[in-house]
This record gives sequence, structure tokens and C-alpha cells, in this order.
Amino acid sequence: MPSLKDLKNRIASVKSTQKITSAMKMVAASKLRRAQEQAEAARPYAERMGRMLASLAGNVQANGTGPKMMTGTGSDQVQLLLVITSDRGLCGAFNGSIVREARRTIQRLLAEGKTVKVMTVGRKGRDQIRRDYASLIVETYEEIGRRKLSFADADGIARRINEMYEAGEFDVCTVIYNKFKSAISQVVTLQQIVPFAVEAGAATEAASAEPAAVYEFEPEEEQILAELLPRNLSIQIYRALLESAASEQGARMTAMDNATRNAGDMINRLTLTYNRTRQAYITKELIEIISGAEAI
Amino acid sequence: MADKVEFELVSPEKLLNAQPVDMVVVPGSEGDFGVLAGHAPMISMVRPGVIDIYEGDRVVDRVFVAGGFAEVTGTRCTVLAEQAQPVAQIDRAGTEQEIANLSEDLADAKSDGERAEVEAKLAVARARLDAVAAGAPAH
Repeated sequence: MPSLKDLKNRIASVKSTQKITSAMKMVAASKLRRAQEQAEAARPYAERMGRMLASLAGNVQANGTGPKMMTGTGSDQVQLLLVITSDRGLCGAFNGSIVREARRTIQRLLAEGKTVKVMTVGRKGRDQIRRDYASLIVETYEEIGRRKLSFADADGIARRINEMYEAGEFDVCTVIYNKFKSAISQVVTLQQIVPFAVEAGAATEAASAEPAAVYEFEPEEEQILAELLPRNLSIQIYRALLESAASEQGARMTAMDNATRNAGDMINRLTLTYNRTRQAYITKELIEIISGAEAI
Repeated sequence: MADKVEFELVSPEKLLNAQPVDMVVVPGSEGDFGVLAGHAPMISMVRPGVIDIYEGDRVVDRVFVAGGFAEVTGTRCTVLAEQAQPVAQIDRAGTEQEIANLSEDLADAKSDGERAEVEAKLAVARARLDAVAAGAPAH
């Protein structure tokens, strides 16, 4: 049986752990709110960009002379995966589920005889993927959005992807990230970002909103499109990073909430044992005194 | 005035400005253009420069943008800017310093790609300085 002193120490240590986890939970909650606000603020730009692209793409697709970024290279042999994870742990299954999905995708593509290249964002993803597929990793990013995620971060990644695409280093690029659904639920999402596919929904939506919108272009639409597509790539990545950041905080909040609750349960159990033991000691001492008195 | 244009200025990080205005003058890549209500639908690239927002025939606001895109329809004018900043908030000394730094970088640039990048930044900084020189709107 553990001594009273041991139990006391144990309770104190669990209590301090609980303090830490509940503080982490609160920090995550406030960060989550900020991340959500940021994601919200980024939405108008993405929406308008989508609308503009849809009307441009409609025009260009008609004459079939779109830039490579939109029409693709005509092959899907070399696949680039952009895996977005976090830099820090203690956030439940957040990184695990992303890495699992990434592994599955890599295996599937390799089985199909494709060449796979991997780019990782976040230390956790890099470390785990490096274990099995170190040779496939072409680029890693860390400390993205350490303080506050900025558009410049996303732009840097997009620029690198763009350079690789221009150099013909890959044909199709897919991003794997956690999409934020709610604080307790994140959805692992695969999204193809290169070549850019105009969503049919967005195009018809734009068309129905302004039926007679025949745009003039200044300069030529190809030229605008050539500028707009890389920018759109940055936006897509920025959006994925924002979603991922919000998801990370959501996942951490949930994980820390659970941890706090578990610590609470444990404290209750330990306190009960402590009290029982204490009473047992008292009873034992009483018995000793009484039986001692009786013997006289 | 009954007819107004819904003007929106959006940067990737947030919606900066959304208001009905009488006229906006946007620095298009092929030359400045003014947008009034009922303008023909148009999509244009935007060069680094200043967007003038008119209320009646007075400029009420001047915003510097570092390039981007503009979409114009009969009822609205949306500018997607990479960077935007009200002219009144530009730090003149800082911009001059930036130009000096970039000019040095340009001299040091080795590859053509590097040079083009620095030149683009320099053009933005010069446009920003021009914007300050032109001054904020008189109230």
C-alpha cells in the first residue's frame, strides 16, 4: 500500500498537470477565435478572385488557349503532395490523421507507378513522413505562421510550387490539410490545386448572377490569366494554411479539455484513496491504544 | 445623386473598404480609368498607384495599392489588391530609405530573375513615394 506521503505527492503532481492542460485549453480557445476571424477575413478576397477567374476561364476555355497552369501538362505522371501539419504536438489526432492520409495517398500513387514528390509544412508532418519516405521529400517548411500567419508565407510556398511547375518538375499538385468544420471536428481534405480546375458550380453561379456580363479585358485575357493564376494558387494555399491553423487550435482545445477532465477524475480517485488510507491509519492507532489499555 | 458604384477594396488578409461611392479612379495597367455607375463590365490589371475615391466632385479618400486586379460591372467596382494603404498613413522617410536599399540591391543583383524581382519592388516603392508627394486629400 502506498504511504500517505506518496499519495500526497501524486495528487499534487496531477493537480499541476491539470493546471497546465487547462491553461493550454484556454490559450487554444483564444487562438482558435483569432484563427477563425482571420479565415473569415480572407474569404471575400478568395470569393471575388473565384468569380473573376470563372468569368475569365469561361472566355479562355472557349478558344482553348489557356495557360499551362489551367490546362495542365497533359500528363499526371509526377505528383506533388503538399502536406500541411502543425509544428507542435499535444493536439490529439490532428497530425496523425493527416500523416495517415498522406501515407495512404503516397502508397496508392506509387502502386499506380507514378512518381511522387512531397512538400511538407510543419515539423510534425516532416518528422513522420521522413521515417518512411525521406527520399520523396523535396522541400520542407517550418515555423509557418508561428506568430501570425501572413499572406506572404503562403505566397512564398506558392512561388516555389510555381517555379517547380514552370520547370516541369511535376504535373499535378494536391494539397492535404485539415479542413475546419467545428472546434471538435476537422475533416482531412485532399484538394487539387495545380492544374487549376474551375468548379462548375462557381462558373454557373457567376453566369446566373450576371447573365449579360460580357467583360472587356485590359490587357488581353491570356495576360491577365497568366498573372491571376499564380495569385490564385497563393490564395488557395493561404486558405488551406488558415483552415489548418484553425483546425489545429480546435483539435488542441478538444484534446486539452479531455486531458483536464481526465486529470480531474484522477484527482478524485487519488483523494478517495488518500482519505481511506488516512482513516485506516487512525483506526489502526485507535485499536492499538484500546487493546493496549485492555491488556492492563 | 441616385447612381452610386459599390466600391470594394479587398486584400488577401481582409476586406479593407466597402462603400457606395460616386466615382473611383483606378490606376489600370494600361492607364488610369474612372468608374461611374453604369460602366461597361471590365476586368483589368492594376499597376502600383493610387486609387482616388470621389464623393461628388471632391476626392474624399486616396488609397495606395501595390498592384492587383480590378473587376468592374455596371453596379460595382472590386479591386483585389496585394497591398493597400491609405496615402495619409504612408511613412515618407521609410519609403525613401526603402528605395535607397532597393537601389543598392539592384546594383548587387546577379541573375536576371533577381534583378526583375528587385525592379518590381522598386517600382512599387517609387509609386508609393509619388503617392505621398501628391498628398492626402484636402478636407
